[in-house]
Amino acid sequence: MKTITEQKPFDEIKAALGEAEKVYLVGCGTCATMCHTGGKSELLGMKDKVETIGKKVTGWMVIPTACDELTRDALIESAEDIEAADCILVMACAFGVQTVTLYLNKPVYPALNTLFIGREESPGCFTEVCMQCGSCVLAKTAGICPLVRCAKSLLNGPCGGSVDGKCEISPDTSCAWQLIYDRLAAQGQLDKLEEIEPIKDWSTSQSGGPRKVTL
Amino acid sequence: MKAGTNLEKILESGRFAVTAEAGPPKGASAAVIQRKGELLRHCCDAVNVTDNQTAIVRMSSLAGCVLLKQLGVEPVMQMVCRDKNRIAIQSDVLGAVALGIGNILCLSGDHQKFGNHPTAKNVFDIDSIQLIQTLKNMRDEKKFLCGEDISGEVPLFIGAAANPYADPFEFRVVRLAKKVKAGVDFIQTQAVYDVAKFARWMEMVTERGLDKEVHILAGLIPIRSVGMARYMRDYVSGVSVPDEILTRMEQAKDAKEEGARIILEIIEQVKEIPGVHGVHIMAVGWEDVIPQVVEQAGLLPRPVL
Ligand code: SF4
Ligand code: SF4
Repeated sequence: MKTITEQKPFDEIKAALGEAEKVYLVGCGTCATMCHTGGKSELLGMKDKVETIGKKVTGWMVIPTACDELTRDALIESAEDIEAADCILVMACAFGVQTVTLYLNKPVYPALNTLFIGREESPGCFTEVCMQCGSCVLAKTAGICPLVRCAKSLLNGPCGGSVDGKCEISPDTSCAWQLIYDRLAAQGQLDKLEEIEPIKDWSTSQSGGPRKVTL
Repeated sequence: MKAGTNLEKILESGRFAVTAEAGPPKGASAAVIQRKGELLRHCCDAVNVTDNQTAIVRMSSLAGCVLLKQLGVEPVMQMVCRDKNRIAIQSDVLGAVALGIGNILCLSGDHQKFGNHPTAKNVFDIDSIQLIQTLKNMRDEKKFLCGEDISGEVPLFIGAAANPYADPFEFRVVRLAKKVKAGVDFIQTQAVYDVAKFARWMEMVTERGLDKEVHILAGLIPIRSVGMARYMRDYVSGVSVPDEILTRMEQAKDAKEEGARIILEIIEQVKEIPGVHGVHIMAVGWEDVIPQVVEQAGLLPRPVL
């Protein structure tokens, strides 16, 4: 699983830091490093920027996997520098931000926007794969998620806007349902598209309220 | 009769139907809709009121339909899945029926990316095929989607769109078949310019016997200028404008006259295609042309049933 992130506009970061004078920076060695949003070089870049607006950076670290429980140990190891800061600026996905928040009693701010769960389709190009809807339909859609890859999350596509394999929203966006159609055709399963996919139960998704699984 | 609307009566009696479209204003003026209603009342059987078409905020389709209804013009209420979940949709259907609206057209809706509120959150709780199912379920089973009973009748004549020009072409008939299976009563197609391709699609439709189960109205958009023809070709997804039409528009002395002539010719041609039960004219701001075209096509006076 890869969480795709982008850096927030610096003005927004600046506004979040507010009056804080001393900042500690945390990055992540996994997804955010892969996305070039929270690895060592991005951290150093952020350090410069934060210093340019007159703040002091008390220290920084790239946690191997910020969403992991080991984050706690990493934070303890750097307790002194963290203690010296007024707030923590996290260059990891929102999961990493929330993990750090869990273990620290100081304001923790995100430096990144968490975009989606995706994969690197080609070098530097990330595409979305799943919105975690809670009732997966991939068995009927040739392993291609219509909820995230179709602009309208249609379950009975392709819609009338599908032309030359592209989605109506942009010539750069593949029509998910054309991809599904082609794959099903190749596997001799086009009959699957004759069936009406019933109305979805969204209660398993975030629409049903905060989700929790207890083993 | 499912809803007993004028459109249903015309189609069920085997007559050739004519519908048109009236886009509501970007404002609260009833007069805009009333003007279009007055203009169209004698030359078509029902008038569609679009639902925030191209994701640009306008007066609601429901309100527009009521304004037409007050004039004695029969409305077709368009409904898109983009802006409402199943709770709002079913509630609006009940309200529409209570206000005397019997024709509802089910659409996915254009993506908000190109509208005037691209930062909006879309809904797409259900899709257009599921919307047809929802309406049929309300009408025939008198039940909400959750299974609870609806008190009283929900008479509806259910419409949907079809685009013979979208891809994959072979799937377009399958998609229509799904809409038929879902319970659609009439179809208004995307604008037809390439009649040959439309005829090929209709052939596949009749081969599957779908023309016996649903009334198909060929969609038409009159072109009033060369610029519009180019725009339609280049920017309106799912519309195909053949070069021949473009050339005719370019060479025409009077573009509007030529545009009207082209639409007239297309009407003449689609009328002859087996399985076509009517035309749907979307004049997008050029409603004035409709009475003339319908008259010249020999489709006046409209039958009173
Ligand atoms: S259908 Fe749901 S669970 Fe399956 S890939 Fe799509 S969003 Fe994820
Ligand atoms: S064109 Fe394809 S991907 Fe785009 S909204 Fe329609 S079905 Fe979905």
